[in-house]
Amino acid sequence: MTILVFTVLVAVSSFMAGLVGALTGLGGGVVLVPLLTMAFGVDIRYAIGASLISVIATSSGAAAAYVREGYSNIRIGMFLEIATTVGAILGAMIATMVSARAIAVIFGVVLLVSAYLSSRKQREQPTAEECGSLSEKLRLSGSYPTPNGPRSYCVCNVPAGFSLMFTAGTLSGLLGIGSGAVKVLAMDQAMRIPFKVSTTTSNFMIGVTAAASAGLYLSRGYIDPGLAMPVMLGVLAGSLTGAKLLVKAKTKSLRLVFSLVIVALGIEMIINGIRGTL
Amino acid sequence: MNVHEWGDRRMELIIGILLRLGVMIAGAVVFFGAVIYLIRNGGAPLPDYKSFHGETVQLSTVEGILAGCRQFRGRAIIQLGVLLLIATPVARVVFSAVAFAFEKDKLYVCITLFVLAVLLFSLVGSSLG
Repeated sequence: MTILVFTVLVAVSSFMAGLVGALTGLGGGVVLVPLLTMAFGVDIRYAIGASLISVIATSSGAAAAYVREGYSNIRIGMFLEIATTVGAILGAMIATMVSARAIAVIFGVVLLVSAYLSSRKQREQPTAEECGSLSEKLRLSGSYPTPNGPRSYCVCNVPAGFSLMFTAGTLSGLLGIGSGAVKVLAMDQAMRIPFKVSTTTSNFMIGVTAAASAGLYLSRGYIDPGLAMPVMLGVLAGSLTGAKLLVKAKTKSLRLVFSLVIVALGIEMIINGIRGTL
Repeated sequence: MNVHEWGDRRMELIIGILLRLGVMIAGAVVFFGAVIYLIRNGGAPLPDYKSFHGETVQLSTVEGILAGCRQFRGRAIIQLGVLLLIATPVARVVFSAVAFAFEKDKLYVCITLFVLAVLLFSLVGSSLG
């Protein structure tokens, strides 16, 4: 295979990954690492480096489209970024200490756990009493547009959500993914933020989280330009297309696509990690 | 919608545009580097991605990347685009801090500056290490 053929194939695959990533709020990275390692035979460390770059591109590129729809909550995002950025640095440090096979297995397990958690039903939107006082004190409450005018919401279980976000950040730094799944779950299940708000706010946070570990990855030589280039450009184009479709797509079908893709990839990653065939 | 939510909306819109601009510039630089890289090396066989070697100093430090760009190397120009991309979310956090300061939201100025400090620790710390 020549460099040109490889570049085109990776770019096309990355476009598809970016599309799925934007539609599910995953950031594309979660599909990319298995794709690069299993379909293209790339070493998982290079794959993680390229994926991390694409994650920043996806998040930042789609942000303008999301913001225009008025779903994302910038205060929730910034507050939780305290947890995700510190976690991301920790994750990037752990990444140098464990083997490629161990990373593959952890990656697979994270995919399966995400799929399981996301298949759970979303809970009812909480009342102000259920939310407690932290939501107001930290000014996390907000409103989002519906066909019947703006609808207000508050945020539950702030400490639990914050801790989950630290985990999400650590996984992001370790695996080069946006950890969109864990982020959306922390916001959906623990903090009980409406789905469209949590998806778009999570997308908004992913770029900052990834930037926290990207510097460490670059200086360690994980980011190869020949690989990062088609991945970044492909994912960017895919995610911009995906962001345009997001508002039209239904929440239910989004979650189904999301769960099926990650289960299949998770099993593959674990098998490959244990066999050492990556 | 109250006053602080209006301020937030405007701030989010500006941040959204800022982020997209940053990504577009980074994307254009990467694309430009890609054209040079592919014209020169497109027909060559694939480098070994199956095993990990780590990038050389020319492609993993700011100094090395800038030096490569001056020599018009495709791979170095792609890495410059990558650096610009990493800088984009950092710029977003800087802008958010300023915007919260204009809103006189002390709590969120502190939160945002903390996030910025963590980011800078990662970027500066890694270039020293």
